Amino acid sequence: MTAPIVIEAVEKAFGEKAVLRGVSAEIQRGEIFGILGPSGAGKTTVLRLVDLLLAPDAGRILFHGTALDPRSPEALAQRRRMAMIMQNPATFRASVFENVAFGLWLRGADAAEVRARVFQALEFVGLLGAARERADRLSGGEQQRIAFARAAVLRPEVLLLDEFTANLDPANVRALEEATLRYRRETGCTVVIVTHNLFQAKRLADRAALLLDGRLVEVAPAKDIFENPQRAETRAFLTGEMAY
Amino acid sequence: MALDAELLQIVGLSFLVAGTSTLIGSVIGIPLGAMIALKEFRGRDFVRTLAFTFYGFPPVLAGLLVFLLLSKEGPLGSLEWLFTPIGMVVAQVLIVTPIVTGITASAVMSVEKRLHETALALGADGRQWRATALHEARVGLLTAVMLGFGRAISEVGAVLIVGGNIRGYTRVLTTAIVLETSQAHYVEATVFGVVLFAVSFVVFAVLQRVQGRAFL
Amino acid sequence: MTTWRIAFLLALVLILAGLAVTLVANTGSTILLATTTSARDSGLLDVLLPEFSRDAGIGVRFVAVGTGLALDTARRGDADVVLVHAPAAELEFMSDHGLCRSRVMRNQYIVVGPATDPAGIRGLTNATVAFTRILSARATFISRGDNSGTHSMEKTIWSWVGYQPRAATDPWYREAGQGMGATLEIASQLGGYTLTDDGTFLVRRPSLSLEIDVTNDPPLQNVYSVIPVSPARHPGVNAPGALAFAKWIVGARGQGIIGNYTVGSERPFHPEGLDGC
Repeated sequence: MTAPIVIEAVEKAFGEKAVLRGVSAEIQRGEIFGILGPSGAGKTTVLRLVDLLLAPDAGRILFHGTALDPRSPEALAQRRRMAMIMQNPATFRASVFENVAFGLWLRGADAAEVRARVFQALEFVGLLGAARERADRLSGGEQQRIAFARAAVLRPEVLLLDEFTANLDPANVRALEEATLRYRRETGCTVVIVTHNLFQAKRLADRAALLLDGRLVEVAPAKDIFENPQRAETRAFLTGEMAY
Repeated sequence: MALDAELLQIVGLSFLVAGTSTLIGSVIGIPLGAMIALKEFRGRDFVRTLAFTFYGFPPVLAGLLVFLLLSKEGPLGSLEWLFTPIGMVVAQVLIVTPIVTGITASAVMSVEKRLHETALALGADGRQWRATALHEARVGLLTAVMLGFGRAISEVGAVLIVGGNIRGYTRVLTTAIVLETSQAHYVEATVFGVVLFAVSFVVFAVLQRVQGRAFL
Repeated sequence: MTTWRIAFLLALVLILAGLAVTLVANTGSTILLATTTSARDSGLLDVLLPEFSRDAGIGVRFVAVGTGLALDTARRGDADVVLVHAPAAELEFMSDHGLCRSRVMRNQYIVVGPATDPAGIRGLTNATVAFTRILSARATFISRGDNSGTHSMEKTIWSWVGYQPRAATDPWYREAGQGMGATLEIASQLGGYTLTDDGTFLVRRPSLSLEIDVTNDPPLQNVYSVIPVSPARHPGVNAPGALAFAKWIVGARGQGIIGNYTVGSERPFHPEGLDGC
């Protein structure tokens, strides 16, 4: 069985600034793949490329063997098999329920199914009591839990998490991390998580990769990366000798 | 002056003309404003600047333009719309549309870019995103419609020129005020003014309620 | 989504109402009369026009503007008939846009001014002399300044004086740019002299602090004429309706109403119908 996501020598520049300079990786079905690295290393760009929000300048990304292209007619269907949670959640000016139902409505789900799945997702993140409240009046942590429910309710094959607990208090970080692990356990979906938080990667990831200056310098099972890094840069990053 | 039936007729026509103009202006202006805000196209800035220029367009000038257009000698003279309520609506549409367009564009543009990415990431196609953006900006859209209506109902220059202030046919509250003032019937003019204020207040109160329900 | 439902309902109501208004308004024959503010401000039309509609079964809508604009509206084919008072302009109009011209009635121009009478003209019967004194006293004078019939009469009197005052160079001379009623109001407020038709002045007199200074000057007759617009030149006009109106207003019914029209205790209009159609 081939890996569902294969990244092949991807390059991406924004204007003069080269962000990715040849990134390759295979992400296996059902694993939690962590992408580590300092700020500005291009971690978010990798996620946005996978989610078809950007197109690579060179190289390609295969999704179940098909090269992704945001401009192709299949892009929408492909994107709908994935879900992304961003660092700063943007909530719609609507109730919590409506926020979580949004993706299902886009897919034309019928009302009864929407109700059932939304309430299930809200229960999953512990927001069942807030269904009728206005989403944009809730705290940052609660909004990020809405964002999680909004993605999870779609039952995606691939869950893309972009620094999804940055700026949150420990209780919310723990709740969201537990939700992630439990969700993967229950659905078997593939998770790609971008974080600059080493400990989060350690807690969640099965395999981890270090992204430095637009290149993946080391890809290995999370345990190996943290306990026995092979590359000098990885060691410097892990021990805190590298400023980031 | 008979203040009963005639007053009622004038009030009715005022709201008919201003309401229809606002309706047509919104049907044109909201999609246009949304397009300006959401679509990248050549000359977008130019169209936006144009919308805001027309925003400050004197209504009498719009009236003059429509007068020349609808006059028998003008290109649309055969329609026989000059000195009719339809002509007044045409002139007011010209006044209302830029307002609705401009405010809609501003409201939709202020919808966050993050929300665009969020919607796309959750699986929205282009059409669904545009609908979502309009829905997010709905409070602003209602403001656009209210300001458009406010301008139409209070405007006097264009309806006077194009409508001709014909008694029982094209006389509206504002032109009636001008006429009564010019004849030193200050009491009647004031009565019309109070009626204009009162009925506008009711309309705006209703719209505000709608706006409040749409998450103020 | 209740918002959209309300909006939709509102739209439906508006469109239906618009249709209803259009349908109701288009039943039966109507003519559009372009006339002068002085004819409207005197109140005569409000009495005269409903009587004609009752007699002839033809509705009349009127637009009251300055004589210049009234004739221009007709010249564009936007009116069916005009009722104005500016002989020179009428003759020019007749040369290519008028069907025929009938003399309808007459009133007169008078000079009015503040009770203090700074130029000392009260009781004169010669407007040219009065204007000469206003000029030498540099007393405030309010001109219509709108190319109306009254304005052209005023300019004619200044030409007899031999001096054409201009607002830019003569601070005592001001142009209102508005109708007769508004101009009288301004003259009253600023304590100035002005030229007016006696009909409008009589109607407005109670609210003005102005007195009659010059009256009964023979050249200051103000003759109103009715002119149906030529259907040969403007095929869209309601020529039968316009002609019926022109015939009716100079006939016994129209003339009788004009002659019996009173404001206060005065009769501002003298019927002088002379059918030219």
